[in-house]
Amino acid sequence: MSDPNGLITPGQAAPGFTLPAAPDGREVGPGQFRGRPVVLAFYPADWSPVCGEQMTLYQAALPELERYDAVLLGISVDSVYSHRAFAESRGIRFPLLADFEPKGEVSRRYGAYAPHGQSDRALVVIGPDGRVAWSHLSPPEVNPGVDGILDALERLDSDRRVSAG
Amino acid sequence: MTTPLQVTTARLRIPVTERDHVRGPADAPVTIVEYGDFQCRFCGAAYPNLTEVLRQRADTVRLAYRHFPITNVHPYAESAAETAEAAAARGRFWEMYDWLYQHQDQLDPVHLSLGVEQIGLSPEEIAAEVGRQDYADRVRQDFVGGIRSGVNGTPTLFVNDVRHDGGYDLAELLAVVDAATDDG
Repeated sequence: MSDPNGLITPGQAAPGFTLPAAPDGREVGPGQFRGRPVVLAFYPADWSPVCGEQMTLYQAALPELERYDAVLLGISVDSVYSHRAFAESRGIRFPLLADFEPKGEVSRRYGAYAPHGQSDRALVVIGPDGRVAWSHLSPPEVNPGVDGILDALERLDSDRRVSAG
Repeated sequence: MTTPLQVTTARLRIPVTERDHVRGPADAPVTIVEYGDFQCRFCGAAYPNLTEVLRQRADTVRLAYRHFPITNVHPYAESAAETAEAAAARGRFWEMYDWLYQHQDQLDPVHLSLGVEQIGLSPEEIAAEVGRQDYADRVRQDFVGGIRSGVNGTPTLFVNDVRHDGGYDLAELLAVVDAATDDG
């Protein structure tokens, strides 16, 4: 089952981190995008058999996230090499981060690590202020889709308009 | 404290209107909305079964089709969808839809133009419109409405607005449709 402490919840400060990302192994983390919403998509494994695979869908839906100036980062415990091959086979162009060494450390800090050694299938939307705006934990075999992410980004956007107005 | 797993039953958020491509009686008690990708082999596998459902339940079922191209894995899906829209502008959507699902291995530009010709339309005219992306917005609107309704892959069917999370073989589709008919 999932992390005993539970997935990080809205209002908490999002732990800072960087991880090596496919394709080139450069270090990527949410702190590099401060001022923009960052979507962290933790997922159990590259090549997972979820029908209508989640990261493949997210690439297709990326333009809709980008309407909100959001950055999307996929995270699993797979290595950069696996991420690279997976990204190439699915046409994925957003960064896939390797939570590989120490294994699962970032997933643990977000409460998105399963004791059997994979990340949970969990979504975390970090607001431009660096705090968690929304989080969601799915069963590992269920693709949570994009709808909840778009709702969270929409709320952040309207909050920003209200405070600006 | 552990986090509860969250699953919601997805429902169609965008109602079927005259904007949709619909096959079957307008007053049918059961409406199937299909979100599909012309290059997706699972959609191709569902196609003959859906067609057979419409034939066997001709008085009770109508089918609305919306585009959900996953272009990063299906390079011809977008042009196929836009070509179907160009055909729709000429009243030939379903002819094009049938051709596309019957020729899923022939969606490259050369074969696609032959298909357009086979259904009696001008390949040059349609290729020009698709080249100008005249129908790209329409396809994108379908896609976005889909992700808003919980379409996570293809094919996704909604039967009277409720997402069908089961399989696509004929027996199961008929059972789902008949159950929805009784509910109505």
